[in-house]
Amino acid sequence: MKVLVAVKRVVDYNVKVRVKADGSGVETTNVKFSMNPFDEIAVEEAVRLKEAGKAQEIVVVSIGPAQAQETLRAALAMGADRAILIQTDEAVEPLAVAKLIAAIAKREEIGLAILGKQAIDDDSNQTGQMLAALLGWPQGTFASKLALEEGRAVVTREIDGGLETVSLALPAVVTTDLRLNTPRYASLPNIMKAKKKPLETTFAVDLDVDIAPRLVTLKVEEPPKRKAGVKVADAATLVDKLKNEAKVI
Amino acid sequence: MAVLVLAEHDSALLSPATRTTVTAAQELGSGSVHVLVAGKGATEVASAAARITGVEKVLHADAPAYEQGLAEPLTALILSLAENYDAILAPATTFGKNVMPRVAALLDVMQISDIVAVKAPDTFVRPIYAGNALATVQTKDKRKVITVRTTAFSPAEEGGSASVETVAPAADPAQSAFVGREVVKSERPELTAARIVVSGGRGLGSKENFVLMEKLADALGAAIGASRAAVDAGYAPNDFQVGQTGKIVAPDLYIAVGISGAIQHLAGMKDSKVIVAINKDEEAPIFQIADYGLVGDLFTELPKLCELLSNR
Ligand SMILES: Cc1cc2nc3c(=O)[nH]c(=O)nc-3n(C[C@H](O)[C@H](O)[C@H](O)COP(=O)(O)OP(=O)(O)OC[C@H]3O[C@@H](n4cnc5c(N)ncnc54)[C@H](O)[C@@H]3O)c2cc1C
Ligand SMILES: Nc1ncnc2c1ncn2[C@@H]1O[C@H](COP(=O)(O)O)[C@@H](O)[C@H]1O
Repeated sequence: MKVLVAVKRVVDYNVKVRVKADGSGVETTNVKFSMNPFDEIAVEEAVRLKEAGKAQEIVVVSIGPAQAQETLRAALAMGADRAILIQTDEAVEPLAVAKLIAAIAKREEIGLAILGKQAIDDDSNQTGQMLAALLGWPQGTFASKLALEEGRAVVTREIDGGLETVSLALPAVVTTDLRLNTPRYASLPNIMKAKKKPLETTFAVDLDVDIAPRLVTLKVEEPPKRKAGVKVADAATLVDKLKNEAKVI
Repeated sequence: MAVLVLAEHDSALLSPATRTTVTAAQELGSGSVHVLVAGKGATEVASAAARITGVEKVLHADAPAYEQGLAEPLTALILSLAENYDAILAPATTFGKNVMPRVAALLDVMQISDIVAVKAPDTFVRPIYAGNALATVQTKDKRKVITVRTTAFSPAEEGGSASVETVAPAADPAQSAFVGREVVKSERPELTAARIVVSGGRGLGSKENFVLMEKLADALGAAIGASRAAVDAGYAPNDFQVGQTGKIVAPDLYIAVGISGAIQHLAGMKDSKVIVAINKDEEAPIFQIADYGLVGDLFTELPKLCELLSNR
């Protein structure tokens, strides 16, 4: 079975992002970018399936600027076999991303697609579900456990009340939650090997997908700032303040 | 035209998140608000939905396929009703986040995730980058699919008397099957709706020590939350996680114990009314947003605090 993994290049999670003064977006020049952390988990899961003999080939896909090649190389260094970059300098919305990935999934006859549950830049949490819908496949979102057995994927999902397990007919889409696995660090030899693995570049027009945005961002602003309060000397003062000043207990 | 709200429930009780979603639906100003209750034997839920003020009609679909809230059959049902609505809303809970993008894709619209304000019927505010920025977005899509951050709207009140109409189930795609669910029933208030939340972090050091958080919660009648580090380390279950990729809470009082205050954690709690931090490191970033900071070892401070609170 072929597994597809979608990896997005995002502002690194350690960066404290700043809103641009003109309100048009956030500052992204001279800022560190990395693979979306949930997508690292997705790549790791695919590599483990391959190591367990349950997957034959791992194709990683990214939609983004030329620099997203680095993100794809990072996935190849972790153990993916082949990469596809759908290159564009425009911001592509989840619906369009899902359409592009669906086109690749059909072309490649994919048996399982693994995506992150959420990109930590747009915080949309929707691309995987949309991909499943467009392909007419079932979905196992927010996965903390994945097992493949006899043409089905059994997925344990992190839900608001606890955990839920569903069984999906393959092909299917799975989106990763934080506790699915701990991604490996790529070894130096594997980073070197990754440089020779195939990386194909293509464009939305070649896939016949319209990526025109549906949303217009009117402005981006900073949320109201919270001010630091006071330090209290001891537990007794804290209780007194909560009772008599803040009046919350 | 009208707005459809997808109800979240467990066959017996309607979730409070549904009521806040109804409020957001009313703010759209599109006319009547209908609530879809899909389930098996969820008649009580349909009646509860009919009692929400401002709801004009409840659509009740009763079929085994809807019993567990699976995304695939629910999507088929919503699509069969969609043409009567110019907006479809659900709470941005794990339930709503699972179902709604599937609906959006098949209607060929971009979902607007996790809105915190309605500016106009087509314009919404939503947090991005872990809440470090707020984006105001306008949609060009004719039909809107929206998930609602429940802490940003107040729950619609009781007092309505909507009609309940039965709707036919849609064909079940039968691609997914429910296997099981582990839900820990607790006497404590629900984390996202609690008036007081106490959260523990890596500083607690072990699952055994996390019991200290239970004592604090008991003394305050609070819900318990946790940082990702505490959940990853197994001190607390996954559904306790507060943050960018966990639950969003905005209680009257939030007490962070042994939590450093990473942006991903702050994203889930910084709209709380009063924030207290207890941490032995006076440089911990959590103090930058705390109204009251107590610098000290949690293992000495928590027992003192519990005693003071119990003698209150
Ligand atoms: C993709 C992604 C998503 C994430 N999502 C979330 C999320 O939703 N929620 C979340 O919380 N995190 C999230 N994180 C993780 C986040 O970046 C931090 O790693 C995490 O919040 C740290 O948890 P912590 O504060 O408990 O641990 P630490 O940062 O290790 O802090 C522990 C604190 O305890 C204090 N301490 C230690 N011992 C004591 C003592 N005896 N008495 C008093 N204080 C003590 C220390 O001084 C320290 O400040 C995410 C990270 C990524 C990459
Ligand atoms: N531009 C992109 N390129 C590759 N994968 C993407 C892209 N955007 C989103 N994804 C995938 O979809 C997941 C969820 O993203 P989102 O719906 O934007 O929160 C991510 O974790 C990725 O796996």
